[in-house]
Amino acid sequence: MLLRRCGTDALLVEVDSLTEVAAVRAALERLDGVEELVPAARTVLVKGALAQVREALKTVDLSQAPTTHSREITIPVIYDGPDLDLVADTAGTTPDEVVKLHTEAVYEVAFCGFAPGFGYLTGLPEQLQQPRLDSPRTKVPQGSVGIAGEFTAAYPRPTPGGWRLIGRTEITLFDAKAEAPALLQPGDQVRFVIA
Amino acid sequence: MSRTVTIIRTGPQALVQDLGRPGNAHLGVPPSGALDRDSLKLANRLVGNAESAAGLELLLGGLALEANSSCTIAVTGPSTELRVDGRLVDSHQPVHLKPQQVLEIGTPQTGLRTYLALSGGVDVPEELGSRSTDLLSGIGPDPLRDNDVLTLGKPGTATGADVVPPHRALHTLVVPILLGPRDDWFEDAETQLRQGSWAVSDRSNRVGARLQGTVLNRRDGEIPSEGMITGAVQVPPDGQPVVFLNDHPTTGGYPVIGVVDGDHLGFLGQARPGTAVRFRPVG
Repeated sequence: MLLRRCGTDALLVEVDSLTEVAAVRAALERLDGVEELVPAARTVLVKGALAQVREALKTVDLSQAPTTHSREITIPVIYDGPDLDLVADTAGTTPDEVVKLHTEAVYEVAFCGFAPGFGYLTGLPEQLQQPRLDSPRTKVPQGSVGIAGEFTAAYPRPTPGGWRLIGRTEITLFDAKAEAPALLQPGDQVRFVIA
Repeated sequence: MSRTVTIIRTGPQALVQDLGRPGNAHLGVPPSGALDRDSLKLANRLVGNAESAAGLELLLGGLALEANSSCTIAVTGPSTELRVDGRLVDSHQPVHLKPQQVLEIGTPQTGLRTYLALSGGVDVPEELGSRSTDLLSGIGPDPLRDNDVLTLGKPGTATGADVVPPHRALHTLVVPILLGPRDDWFEDAETQLRQGSWAVSDRSNRVGARLQGTVLNRRDGEIPSEGMITGAVQVPPDGQPVVFLNDHPTTGGYPVIGVVDGDHLGFLGQARPGTAVRFRPVG
């Protein structure tokens, strides 16, 4: 674990894996005075309460990702994405099997970014861990469900994007006017079901 | 009955801004809020509002409005000509508008952003605890359009005792920068920053102040996306630094050579394209 200075009141905690990111996030999320806590692929950015943060990081067990989840969320998906056949071919299997693999796995929101409410979910079966499209789409429709590398995600709103799209959901992923605007938050457990 | 004003013309860009919605970066939501926070706070104090009330951030002034009810306004930021029904009035002071009076805001002589506070504040629905327009994410109200009618909140008591002379935007900014978190991507980051010189690019916006000038030599490649804070100086492969302002993306994959302290970001928010920028590495 490496602590990198980030201005006068923030630190970038650099670790080696998503498991370690989850451990650091869990160790810091209940500290008073923390203004921002932003997990990412190999880092956790923390702003505020740096003395308490440094103290808490001395005792964090990086080998233990938190086992309890604050929330469990189910996302219904219509599996008719434009890249479903490509994903099946790449995995050496059938579209039906892709759907089975994607719905049987249990995911966790590792971090959010790219756009409000865009959660990067880990737990993707190995056969579905595939590269991005060679040429990204200029507009991915809202609700599209895709895979890229070790992640799967649902697009909260139309944006450009290069993920392989296997389906779509009609659930609202982000609504700035709602009391709880984001469906997904870091640490949530997520399952996909056939809509 | 609610008090309102009608926007006759917006000028180049008129946005509702308060102090933003920090604390939501983990959801992918930028902090947003007024770029020159001190000017918005001052304008609010002048009209008897809480400092955090929503006002208008005007790019190069140019707004005109008609009061439909009586209200007190104050304009802050760089020195700007103001007229009420064609008569000159002072900026940086509370000005009372009677119903049907027309306020016209000129173009500031220096700087970029003028702030207009209205007694009671602009009352639009909050989104994630703020009324600010976030141009990157599309959160908050749309940019104002001609003929929009703005509803005002309940007025407080204007003090009028808090008059501060306008500051002039400078032709050259010397910006203190704290090295890190990714200064190790640069060979002798401190010397490169100290010896370089840049100008604010006309592609700057609320997302970032883009600087043009000395190329900062960095390693090739990208970092797995990591959290970004306001004031982070990101260096893309072309070596031209970008100072993240309030509507910045919450994560990014280019190395951050250093971070500009929040107290100095207001000056960058007021810096016109062409303004000379130098960095002063500290710490």
